[in-house]
Amino acid sequence: MPASTSKSVYLRGIRDSAPFAFVIVPFALLFGVVATEAGLTLAQMMGFNVLVIAGASQFAAVALMDEGAPLWIVVTTALVVNLRMAMYSASLVPHLGRAPFRLRAFVAYLNFDQTYAAAAAEYERLPDMSLAEKLAYFFGVATPIVPLWYLMALVGALLGTTVPMGSGLDFALPITFIGIAAPMLRTPAHVAAAGASVVVALLLAGLPSGLGLLVAAGCAMVVGVAVETWSEKQ
Amino acid sequence: MNFTTGEIWTVIVLLGAGTYLIRLSFLGLIGDRQMPPLVMRLLRYTPVAVLPGLVAPLVLWPGATGGEPDLARGLAALAAVAVGLATRNTIWAILAGAVTLFGMLFVLG
Repeated sequence: MPASTSKSVYLRGIRDSAPFAFVIVPFALLFGVVATEAGLTLAQMMGFNVLVIAGASQFAAVALMDEGAPLWIVVTTALVVNLRMAMYSASLVPHLGRAPFRLRAFVAYLNFDQTYAAAAAEYERLPDMSLAEKLAYFFGVATPIVPLWYLMALVGALLGTTVPMGSGLDFALPITFIGIAAPMLRTPAHVAAAGASVVVALLLAGLPSGLGLLVAAGCAMVVGVAVETWSEKQ
Repeated sequence: MNFTTGEIWTVIVLLGAGTYLIRLSFLGLIGDRQMPPLVMRLLRYTPVAVLPGLVAPLVLWPGATGGEPDLARGLAALAAVAVGLATRNTIWAILAGAVTLFGMLFVLG
């Protein structure tokens, strides 16, 4: 009975998404607060959540707009933050590549850090899952996360207008970015890339807003791959 | 914010479309064709290549103090980095940074 196994796999996906609530709730709240403080309307803030639905890049775009960076730099830098998702997309192909295009197009919309991490782990744990089960699991993980993200961002925006500024809330954004980036520094190559990013960005801080960061990101990626290649040869 | 309503929506739509195309790339368009291994390696470093460089100037020259380095904010950033490295957990890192910041702002007045 494939239909009923798919249903139980879908429910398992929902259950496995529970730990992500601890990440999603504070992040979404914070995005609502930060976006509102930066001067976005409720509709614009929700536009980010629905059309972009990628937290780190949304924070990056709002921070750069707030700094007054040129529009093309805001978009380019935020897209660079999301480039890792091309890697997620590639690694889902062996599992979901045979699904009908409309389902793959829907998976693509929902392909963010949490759904990808949960699905990749589950597909590795149970390699014999059918295509229908793999899809059911993926959609199961996404089902609670997406409405929770929208809702909490909305709550954050409504709270944001009542929280007084200048009480240190300006620093929510840098602290959030550090919280995202620090746990990623797993290898010497990641540490070297992060170090290069900081040094080059500070050296080029005099350039028009955001431009130095783009150059820094390019240098940092090359440094990361160089250190990785070098440490493999050791 | 100096952006007009139209410019803000332009950012949202371009970023949304671009992000969607990145997510769809292999799954929807490229399929099983192999990309050069170097490209896949470079992609792996994109978050750690962008976020630290974005944060560093905000930590050293905070807008809230008119660009003057600030002890409370500097220590809060250090606490977030240390706890993030030690626990590998985003939420603990943010909490450590927030507690340090509000504690220091309270102590320093």
